Amino acid sequence: MDIFLQQIINGLVQGSVYALVALGYTMVYGILGLINFAHGEVVMVGAMVALAVLQALLAAAFSPVLAVLLSLMVAVSACMVLGYGIERIAYRPLRNAPRLAPLITAIGVSIVLQNLAMMIWGREYHPFPMPFTNELHAVGGAIITSVQIAIVFIALLMMVSLMLLVHRTRLGRAMRAVAENPSAAMLMGVDTNRVISATFMLGSALAAVAGFMVSANYGIVHYYMGFMLGLKAFTAAVLGGIGNLRGAMLGGVVLGLIESLGAGYIGDITGGFFGSNYQDVFAFCVLIAVLVLRPSGLLGERVAERA
Amino acid sequence: MHFNQFLRFFFVFLIVALSACGKSETQVAKPQGAGEVVVKIGASAPLTGPQAHIGKDNENGTRMAIEDANAKGVIIGGKKVRFELLSEDDQTDPKTATIVAQKLVDAKVNGVIGHLNSGTTIPASRIYSENSIPQISPSATAVAYTAQGFKTAFRVMANDAQQGKVLGEFAAKNLNAKKIAVIDDRTAYGQGIADEFVKSAEASGAQIVSRQYTTDKAIDFAAVLTSIKGKQADLIFFGGMDPQGAPMVKQLRALGMKVHFMMGDGGYTPKLIANAGAAAEGAYASLPGVPLDKMPSGRDFATRYETQFKQPIQLYAPYCYDAVNVMIAAMQKADSAEPAKYLPELGKVIHEGVTAKIAFDEKGDLKGGAITLYQVREGKWQVIETMGGVAP
Repeated sequence: MDIFLQQIINGLVQGSVYALVALGYTMVYGILGLINFAHGEVVMVGAMVALAVLQALLAAAFSPVLAVLLSLMVAVSACMVLGYGIERIAYRPLRNAPRLAPLITAIGVSIVLQNLAMMIWGREYHPFPMPFTNELHAVGGAIITSVQIAIVFIALLMMVSLMLLVHRTRLGRAMRAVAENPSAAMLMGVDTNRVISATFMLGSALAAVAGFMVSANYGIVHYYMGFMLGLKAFTAAVLGGIGNLRGAMLGGVVLGLIESLGAGYIGDITGGFFGSNYQDVFAFCVLIAVLVLRPSGLLGERVAERA
Repeated sequence: MHFNQFLRFFFVFLIVALSACGKSETQVAKPQGAGEVVVKIGASAPLTGPQAHIGKDNENGTRMAIEDANAKGVIIGGKKVRFELLSEDDQTDPKTATIVAQKLVDAKVNGVIGHLNSGTTIPASRIYSENSIPQISPSATAVAYTAQGFKTAFRVMANDAQQGKVLGEFAAKNLNAKKIAVIDDRTAYGQGIADEFVKSAEASGAQIVSRQYTTDKAIDFAAVLTSIKGKQADLIFFGGMDPQGAPMVKQLRALGMKVHFMMGDGGYTPKLIANAGAAAEGAYASLPGVPLDKMPSGRDFATRYETQFKQPIQLYAPYCYDAVNVMIAAMQKADSAEPAKYLPELGKVIHEGVTAKIAFDEKGDLKGGAITLYQVREGKWQVIETMGGVAP
């Protein structure tokens, strides 16, 4: 039982990260109907920037708490600028182009970012410094580390704030309006370009936080860490119903649990025929299953008229 | 830090720009001094991707040997020879490895040092064999590599059968592990060494309670390790390389598991300790050969390497250094750099290297290679013991 509980915890931690990244995909899709495949790379850039700042601050003997907070803030701002830049350069000129064009630039941006990061930070795995001792806490026979507890709580906090922002503020109302009908929103005086930029920046900010959390959890940063994470988060967004914020959160957590339980038990269930190396396969099996059986996702709205 | 990174960034652009103009220039600069012969040595290792730091280390070792030979001035066939390094990136990908191999063959290399991984070495070896180009792998340990019957395939490192045997016996006897869990990364190397380890551990009386798999790109092992936790193993063996080994041992400790952690030669790097931090403490790894400072010229090699490349040896650089020198020794003995002429000599060479006294058996394997076990103690790899023959 404690093993099962442990797998649930592993899944929840992994799932909260997926959920945060998935929000970025889903927000952009909701507003532009575009899948921003460069989003995973934004997570990576966030992690890399945080690493550089954290190293510099720790070397300059800053207090650990201050160093972590500052590096997180710098990473978030850097990613917001990056998100804004990506939208401005790669997507805005193509806003009225056929849908395939922005999809291709998205992949292009992703490759460019990955290679830039490789040039700047090198090809090797970097250790991510953790200035706090990462204590282990026993919960009913299972173990959860302080970092993991922080991940789940920060993810929750970010999601709640995002929901508040979308449903309670002017910007949120503008975002919902643009999502519903961009041209009508524009006619009603909503500055669509600004709203779209804001959406990209918000998504990128969440991505930076996610990047920081993944790095702190694994203690490793690498220039292509964003690729797989991005694909998984995209899967999570589709699973929850792309375009739907609550769906992205649910999809992330569900996907994390599926992966963790799947990889943990598949070997025992199939008598060793399938092994835990199929961990990544689960996510994509889920993606295929969702697309075939329930294209609108778990909480998805009918999006047919958008496409 | 920041400024450095900016510099590096800038530098890369500069190199890209320069290499674009440099291409035509190298062709002009080709005509050599009177009577000087150019001998091309091909090398291949992953220079991008997760194992790039190990691949670069291989390239450094190879380059050092070539620079040394050029500085010394080697005479083959009555003419002064200048060795030239053609280094290629195989990205640890078996498919890319064959493309790279063909590229080296087309460039008419006289011999190849590589590849790094067994998974790339094996498919590439067929191409070298078909074109009769001698190949010495510094680090491919899978048994299958030299078992294909290719006359051109050699290695300067003990194979997985030798290594897995020592590791399995050590785990079962010295560490007294009764229940062992084995994970491998499904590469030719990881799978090979894990299988040999299992054989040997079972023969020594241990029980394999869990066999798990991952990939050579994975970073999350929580699910796998939790599953192993449920089996109450007292030792985990991982057949794979350090990019996975470091986060694995870290997550292992984060799950509160106090079991032994053991890897093969893929884990014996400073990077493993740097990336895993305190979690690496107590981890075991093995490396074919005798510890460098026990070899007459080993200490000297390490110092020179560190001064030249401003970093410690990652893993296989000394083996690459030896591989090049063995190849040159064979060329000198045959008094020719023609692959067909020096290949027969390669099998007969006895070379006093920095890692071992090198001689090959009829398959191209290293004769009587020693294996050294290391453990992380106080943040450093420390020798526990060396097993097997020191020299042939």
